[in-house]
Amino acid sequence: MGFLDIDNTTKSYGALEVLHKVDISIEEGEFLVLVGPSGCGKSTLLNMIAGLEEITSGEIRIRGSLMNGVHPSRRNIAMVFQSYALYPNMTVAKNISFGLEMHGVPKAERDKAMADVSSLLQIEQLLGRKPGALSGGQRQRVAMGRALVRNPDVFLFDEPLSNLDAKLRVDMRTEIKKLHQKLGTTIVYVTHDQIEALTLSTRIAVMNGGYVQQLGTPQEIYDNPANLFVATFMGSPAMNVLPATISVQHGKPVACVALPDGTVVPLRLSQENLSAWEGKQILLGIRPETITDEDGADRNSKNVVNFTNRIIVTEPAGSDTFVTMSLGGKDVIARMRSDANVQPGNDFQFAVNMEKAVAFDPATEERIAS
Amino acid sequence: MADAMQDTAVRTSRTVRILIYLILLLFGLFYLLPLYVMLINSVKPLNEITGGGMMNLPQALTFAPWAKAWSSAQIGVDPTGLSPYFWNSIKVVVPAVVISTILGAINGYVLTKWRFKYDKILFGLMLFACFIPFQIVLIPMARMLGLMGIAGTTSGLALVHIVYGIGFTTLYFRNYYAVFPTELVRAAQIDGAGFFQIFWRILLPSSGPIAVVSIIWQFTNIWNDFLFGASFADATSQPMTVALNNLVQSSHGVKEYNVHFAGAIIAALPTLLVYVVAGRYFVRGLMAGSVKG
Repeated sequence: MGFLDIDNTTKSYGALEVLHKVDISIEEGEFLVLVGPSGCGKSTLLNMIAGLEEITSGEIRIRGSLMNGVHPSRRNIAMVFQSYALYPNMTVAKNISFGLEMHGVPKAERDKAMADVSSLLQIEQLLGRKPGALSGGQRQRVAMGRALVRNPDVFLFDEPLSNLDAKLRVDMRTEIKKLHQKLGTTIVYVTHDQIEALTLSTRIAVMNGGYVQQLGTPQEIYDNPANLFVATFMGSPAMNVLPATISVQHGKPVACVALPDGTVVPLRLSQENLSAWEGKQILLGIRPETITDEDGADRNSKNVVNFTNRIIVTEPAGSDTFVTMSLGGKDVIARMRSDANVQPGNDFQFAVNMEKAVAFDPATEERIAS
Repeated sequence: MADAMQDTAVRTSRTVRILIYLILLLFGLFYLLPLYVMLINSVKPLNEITGGGMMNLPQALTFAPWAKAWSSAQIGVDPTGLSPYFWNSIKVVVPAVVISTILGAINGYVLTKWRFKYDKILFGLMLFACFIPFQIVLIPMARMLGLMGIAGTTSGLALVHIVYGIGFTTLYFRNYYAVFPTELVRAAQIDGAGFFQIFWRILLPSSGPIAVVSIIWQFTNIWNDFLFGASFADATSQPMTVALNNLVQSSHGVKEYNVHFAGAIIAALPTLLVYVVAGRYFVRGLMAGSVKG
């Protein structure tokens, strides 16, 4: 049993089931990120942990005690909302101490807790202001202060960064990560941003259509996606997915992919059991950063395949240059060093690290296990 | 800054603008004419009015008609002036406005933040209260007041107005709270605040504009009500409007127009005062919710 257990939990509205048998268990101090497109049920799940939505069936336990039907204020949780939900009529100080006041904490203790939290978040100078007079980043800090001051068992974050501009979002992301490392708190964090999920979490639950598609560490999710949805949702630019036919050459499986001019490139696969798919089609998943020029190829890889293809578009992005080509009838993006000598319309010698390639069953879109 | 504003404004020539303002001024004066007639005739001796010249300024300025209307004019059978009835009106209006506004606020809070099955239907039914004609409830209401033992009292009249007002006040507060962020209520729930604590500490402090709308609306309607006052009050509990009617109707012998004018102004003053004090919040409150920002 973990610190926070979500045990076979479902949620229905009438006859419509929106969350199907979710099973997640996390340990104390973990940072769990629920990530998925809008409508996948991630916020609903968070609200069920918070007690703002009823649990239709299954159990949610925090520290081993059953939370079904327990009022939000008695679950010892704190939540940071997307809109921050700061009380507009109260000063920052009042906002932070309101929860303690409602829980009957004596004034002296409240003031002490507030002083600690405001110095931790460096918001001492804001305590006398109303939320209306704060910037987005300041409001975000106050909202976190309001959650921290309660010293809860579990912190719940509901897309806390999505109202901030791009630069501030990155800063606050680091800030949240620092805070987590410093305090070792248990966090459940909802976002639709896969970068946030990868950078912040100790574990990620990728959700779609009311199902948890995969639960794992960021590395597992990124390198070993369980299915096509997880593979394409996580990572930016998204993983390239292209149809390929399996053939066996010298006893090893090879993925045959067509170039635009009709020639076929044999990409040697590292996953031996794919020989069983000889003559059949698979979906081949290749991350953009595993396609490079020959110099940039991973020297530790035992399976780098070179091939020549025409460059369609180049997109310099400062640190990298994204190169688009056509492979197997699909646009495929390669991530090059910024100084790679690439010109649209030219033929170019690409190197692809096939150790990192993954294969999916086109019928089920599930990963073909190795 | 000034240049930029001029650029975006519709350009009108000086003469056109003067013409527009002149016409507006004319309409304004015409609109104020009745008030002018009432004011100047209430400070004239009676003979100046009966001698013709309604529009003339008073030759002998006198405040005797005001004093008489307030404290000694014949209302019905007693020469009490309007003052006891003024206090009757206050006794009806103040509790009716306060209670109906508070109930409307709680209704709006429940209907938007504590949703339950069929809440929309319930709200729809409450809206009907705004459309029920006064006349059709007169007899059942009289019967109910009789059964409760508060017929012919100011409390009974206040109750009638509270019941009638709830529909309107609920409508105002529901629409205002509908755009009030629900996340705030959820945050307060997690913070451990209860039903009334959330209402009292979070919602009510942000409800100023709509409370003003509700108070002005209720105050004017209840103060100006004549039908309920005439139907449900007895001689000792009649409100101002009914008393004013009695003053104008019951004068035997000479009609004291100057006293009537003074009485009418006294009867209208409180609503005027409410508008002057809170009028600008009224518009602000009506706009709130419809325009974001």
